[in-house]
Amino acid sequence: MTPHMLTRSLDRGATIFLAVVAACGILIPLSNLLLPAGSFLQVPTYLVALWGKYVCYAILALSVDLIWGYCGILSLGHGAFFALGGYAMGMYLMRQIGARGVYGNPILPDFMVFLNYSKLPWYWYGFDMFWFAALMVLVVPGLLAFCFGWLAFRSRVTGVYLSIITQAMTYALLLAFFRNDFGFGGNNGLTDFKDILGFNVQAGGTRAALFALSCLALIASFLICRSIVSSKLGKVLIAIRDAESRSRFLGYRVESYKLFVFTLSACMAGVAGALYVPQVGIINPSEFAPGNSIEAVIWVAVGGRGTLVGAALGAVVVNYAKTVFTSGVLAPYWLFMLGAMFILVTLLLPKGIVGTFNAWWDLWKEKRGAATAASAAAKDGITEPKMAE
Amino acid sequence: MNVMDTRATSAMLYLDGVHVSFDGFHAINNLSLTLEPGEMRAVIGPNGAGKTTMMDIITGKTKPDEGTVLFDGVTDLTRLDETRIAELGIGRKFQKPTVFESQTVQDNLLLALNVDHSVKGTLFWRGSKPESERIDKVLETIRLTEARNRLAGSLSHGQKQWLEIGMLLAQDPKLLLVDEPVAGMTDVETHLTAELLKEINKTHTVMVVEHDMTFVRELGVKVTCLHEGTVLAEGTIDQVSSNERVIEVYLGR
Repeated sequence: MTPHMLTRSLDRGATIFLAVVAACGILIPLSNLLLPAGSFLQVPTYLVALWGKYVCYAILALSVDLIWGYCGILSLGHGAFFALGGYAMGMYLMRQIGARGVYGNPILPDFMVFLNYSKLPWYWYGFDMFWFAALMVLVVPGLLAFCFGWLAFRSRVTGVYLSIITQAMTYALLLAFFRNDFGFGGNNGLTDFKDILGFNVQAGGTRAALFALSCLALIASFLICRSIVSSKLGKVLIAIRDAESRSRFLGYRVESYKLFVFTLSACMAGVAGALYVPQVGIINPSEFAPGNSIEAVIWVAVGGRGTLVGAALGAVVVNYAKTVFTSGVLAPYWLFMLGAMFILVTLLLPKGIVGTFNAWWDLWKEKRGAATAASAAAKDGITEPKMAE
Repeated sequence: MNVMDTRATSAMLYLDGVHVSFDGFHAINNLSLTLEPGEMRAVIGPNGAGKTTMMDIITGKTKPDEGTVLFDGVTDLTRLDETRIAELGIGRKFQKPTVFESQTVQDNLLLALNVDHSVKGTLFWRGSKPESERIDKVLETIRLTEARNRLAGSLSHGQKQWLEIGMLLAQDPKLLLVDEPVAGMTDVETHLTAELLKEINKTHTVMVVEHDMTFVRELGVKVTCLHEGTVLAEGTIDQVSSNERVIEVYLGR
């Protein structure tokens, strides 16, 4: 990223968004750690972890919005990249447990001992080192997206067909990760984490730091997305979204553009998953469930497709609603409400919350501009015939 | 060895014995046609004559079953895809005006400029003076300077047609394929479009597909009439329109 790309990407909405995220990222951990427990302004630790989860979802939503909102690629399998990033982090956390597991094996995680593994499978090598795991958080989802995208985009699979195969991809991974002999803990997944980089994952300080890091990752992801969509590449992406074959006839290699954003978006989803896992304390195959990926698309639609800020906002709003409604008497009806929300937003707010707000704002600015122009004209003694009535 | 010797033909565009069929329907049947550099050619023909399919073949959207399609005497277009052909210098205006509706007029032209089209090039792109000067010039030519910051989707039908011609100009190809440029235009707009195309033809080779005979007459160029995927008649507009078979095809069998 070069400085001019950064300055070009910061409009008013983006600046406000970044300021809010930065403020949350600083104030919430500080309030949690410094203020006495139980005081009015103190954010309890369980809320820090909960909001940390929302922030990770917001990063996932940004990654979906980058490809769907700007390039028209409707991925219904983005949860898979999120889960793969999560598993990479989970593997690191498993290896940190060491001999403190139930079976006390210094090398093998508990589930491997339980399943009679004699030695560590080769694909678990290296995950005892944080840097390697962190690299894999980017490489594994990125590589899968690259291979998948290379095949799909080169064969010009688009629209609903692409959505269906992404859905199939996440479903296939769900089935694979469910298997005990696949080597990732089967049905139970990876859990009972102890340390991350030597800090206790359950400790308040670690949770506060993870929250702050998640906010930082959200800011970084947002800046990357913004500088992409406000560059000429962003204009090309929109051109591909609106008229793919026209872009080809202008000499743009559509598949390269799609592959670039799809891979980048998968890496971003992987980072979100990696930050999510230590905060919720578990990763299991249900994260690959097709429904999760569809939910992520709903967040973006509710917040406003193609607005970035809206995607992040949508993730937080929908998940906050989910937390509220799944813990009360309304719990059995949550899925109906989610479905109803999607239908209502599609019918009544097709641009989503932020998209609709932006449209109003532009209209208001236009009106105000016209009014000031008219009053300036009146001052100069020029009266328009229309104004004379 | 002289460079000229490697050229199979001096023509800008050379089609010979081209066949295409879709599920047994012969859309293009033994089509042969040549366009000399700097020429403007009008292609007419009833619906289903294969005019648009011919453009699809030239621009790489459709692959012919057999036949030769040579560009600039050396390049076999049947082996390349749309992007590569566009990069070689063949621009196309579609029958239905296709502009990027959610972007401004100015950005539409910016996207069409024949500059670096790679992912890296566009990601790190910074505007330059020659680029914006070229855009200004095109805007002037297509009379859309006032509308430069408007969304392309908000333009009138005629303006969209012009914007698309403007995008061709920004692309600055060696060969322009223009499909029904005056469809849905008023008489005045049609006249202005004819003037514009004649102006463009001073520096570019142009192929125009059009139904509007007044417009074709106004262009005053050689006319090719297609029918059932093959050339029925070729010559001046008067020769072609007095040809008995052309009259038969147009007025019904």
